[in-house]
Amino acid sequence: MILEIVSSVLVIAGAIFAVIGGIGIVRLPDFFSRIHGAGITDTLGAGLILTGLMFLSPEWTVTVKLVAILVLLWITSPTATHALANAALETGLRPDVDETEEATSSS
Amino acid sequence: MILAAAVAAIIVTMGLALVRAGKGPTVFDRILALNMFGTKTVLLIAAIGFVTGRPHFLDVGLLYALINFIGVIAVLRFSKYGNFADPDRERTS
Amino acid sequence: MTYAAGLVAILAAVWLLLSGYFDKPLLLGLGAVSVALVVFISLRMRIVDDEGLPVQLPAGLVRYLPWLVVEIVKANVDVALRILRPSLPIRPRVIRVRAGQRTDVGRVIYANSITLTPGTVTIDTEGDHITIHALTEEAAAGVLTGEMDRRVARVEGRG
Repeated sequence: MILEIVSSVLVIAGAIFAVIGGIGIVRLPDFFSRIHGAGITDTLGAGLILTGLMFLSPEWTVTVKLVAILVLLWITSPTATHALANAALETGLRPDVDETEEATSSS
Repeated sequence: MILAAAVAAIIVTMGLALVRAGKGPTVFDRILALNMFGTKTVLLIAAIGFVTGRPHFLDVGLLYALINFIGVIAVLRFSKYGNFADPDRERTS
Repeated sequence: MTYAAGLVAILAAVWLLLSGYFDKPLLLGLGAVSVALVVFISLRMRIVDDEGLPVQLPAGLVRYLPWLVVEIVKANVDVALRILRPSLPIRPRVIRVRAGQRTDVGRVIYANSITLTPGTVTIDTEGDHITIHALTEEAAAGVLTGEMDRRVARVEGRG
């Protein structure tokens, strides 16, 4: 029972984040900012829904597969996103920015 | 019940991705929407597997996640270089 | 050779975990054949080395991942609230930072962590400099503190 409640909360939270990300890629003004909208659905949307489903798994093999899907998504989605953003940049698409700054991190 | 709501939410998200895929305006917006549609499909397959009590759907989801990634990279390569192979041509062009 | 043995162990574990059968000779046999085939192809492709099988990473990743997940959750909530607000308060900007990692694997982890955190996306990498598109001033400032950079550098550690 408690597991079901935990699972429901996680799945619903994930679904909400997924829809917000969806609203984001429709609403945000330029291509480079839309990437951030897609990022929400890929990280927390997918993460919360899959974690929520883990609490419902009838057997451990199901949990293993959910973890496998989650790990795979969390490795492939930033890679695909970067490939996409980089391809856009190299094709000549420029981000619509307020300012560009040169900076070096403190390390 | 909760899962059915989640399935509905995922489908709404997929619909929003399709809106962006339709509107464009650049090819990269469309690929971004396609990638998002693909990852949501994985979630949809997983959630429907639980709704119908057939968790074996997860195998399909796992495979779909792999194919989606490779598919997006392939489409990107194609839109960037105009061909799927021949790495020499990209350097000369 | 050690890497090949490690690869066999990992592939066998993946096969067993995904199939979930430990007592069917046919399935175990097919698994053994698959593992042998994959290892053979990998050796032929010469990708069985410290990059294909980064054994030094998991220990550092165990400490890094919880921190990363917390950061991702915080960033997600921030970006989600901005998307929902009618005024859409975003100020996109592009910043360049230096990646302080020694290895390519470390830089990939850093760049992917940045992309995984909503609000910042790695759009270009050249040498040890990476170019980042940030959705807001705060997101950009978060990267500029260099905390993630240092933590990833610690992940590659004494490898």
